[in-house]
Amino acid sequence: MTELLLGTRKGLLALEGEPGGPFEVRARAFPGETIDYTTRDPRSGRVFATVTSPFYGPKIFYTDLPVADWPEPDGPSFPPPQEVEGWQQASGVVLPEGGKLALKRIWVIEPGEADRLVYAGGDPGVLFASRDGGASFELNQALFTEPTRAGWQPGGGGLCLHSIATWPGDPDRLAIGISAAGVWLTEDGGRSWRQGNQGLIARYVPDNAPEDQIALCVHRIHRAAKRPERLFLQFHGGVYRSDDAGSSWRAVGGGLPSDFGFPLAVDPADPDSAYVIPLTADLDRVTPGARMRVYETRDGGSSWSARGDGLPQDHAYLTILREAFDWIGSGDQLGLYFGATSGEVFGSTDAGAHWFSVAERLPPVLSVSVS
Amino acid sequence: MAVVRLREPLKRLANNRSEHEVSATTVIEVLRALEATEPALSGWILDERGIVRPHINVFVNGELSNSASALEEGDRVDVIPAISGGT
Repeated sequence: MTELLLGTRKGLLALEGEPGGPFEVRARAFPGETIDYTTRDPRSGRVFATVTSPFYGPKIFYTDLPVADWPEPDGPSFPPPQEVEGWQQASGVVLPEGGKLALKRIWVIEPGEADRLVYAGGDPGVLFASRDGGASFELNQALFTEPTRAGWQPGGGGLCLHSIATWPGDPDRLAIGISAAGVWLTEDGGRSWRQGNQGLIARYVPDNAPEDQIALCVHRIHRAAKRPERLFLQFHGGVYRSDDAGSSWRAVGGGLPSDFGFPLAVDPADPDSAYVIPLTADLDRVTPGARMRVYETRDGGSSWSARGDGLPQDHAYLTILREAFDWIGSGDQLGLYFGATSGEVFGSTDAGAHWFSVAERLPPVLSVSVS
Repeated sequence: MAVVRLREPLKRLANNRSEHEVSATTVIEVLRALEATEPALSGWILDERGIVRPHINVFVNGELSNSASALEEGDRVDVIPAISGGT
């Protein structure tokens, strides 16, 4: 049985099913609320949901209850009554009081590489860390007080810290992506940060822009687990690969129908494998040629192959957001799952060779997490 | 003392009490004092900057007010989310 947790514009949906066929919606939580991101920590089983209420601001909630025990709420009820649904609000998810900045959104939750270590990334380009499994968080002060911060510019979605690439077995090393403030690296557990932008080319700034340009619209980063110094990056125009832990990058998007897009996936077993879902262009954010295709590389980005068997190929104007693509397993049995803003969810159990419909007619899908 | 009136879900966060007597001379003071006595409300009405969240309206004696609006003894302060919709 495979579980999908979907963050949608209208609540958190928990789906279950056997790979290959449609999944069933087992539970819906936070009805009516925008769930920007949801995931299950595989170590504890704890489920997280990040909610940006238009009235009450961004919050992180968590529950340890099995999905089967999530009761269907009678109607909109935010925050969910703890005594009824078991959801609790994580503490510490705020910026310093009395400052000039306010937290706008939590984009991503990522389990860390130490016991009970959990990260959260958000807007305005901020990182939180929890050392108690996600019940309480602390702001990473070094990144928050980074001297260049005053020059950071938001992308269209805000100044979002959306990618947190951990280093397997080493809690001190992280690569994070901020739109549009580039790649930042730490080797000391977040006590200090340095930029990792060499080689990234922003087509939206003059070609004589300074080499230390920070206004870099990184869309997604993932690390190759078997070769952690290798990362793949989807840029705002360009797909890149780093072989030196994110210090420098080289373009590997040649052969794609478009090198604009958001989602990215990697095969944990093969550092040469990665998957992207191109969109036509930044001004036309739908699947190229009105065909839904995932593109796969098996040679580190030297070449790309379309994988669309089972996906809609006619008049398919889909948009897939950066957090709406996830994977499970590895190798030939790599499971890939993605959701679209049009409310469709697709899956593959053979590394993208064949696809099936998981669900349709859902609210706009903002995030997908598979376990 | 002003009387602050809360609806769901703020009422639930404030120990399930809809009315709170708070001593303060302005709207922002009353909201800060309310957060202090009802810590579960922290971050729900005011953001980190101490500013009323943009889609929360505060009425004093039935009239839409702002953070600097002055309060007098017995004033009734209603904290109400703005109209929702659009997406």
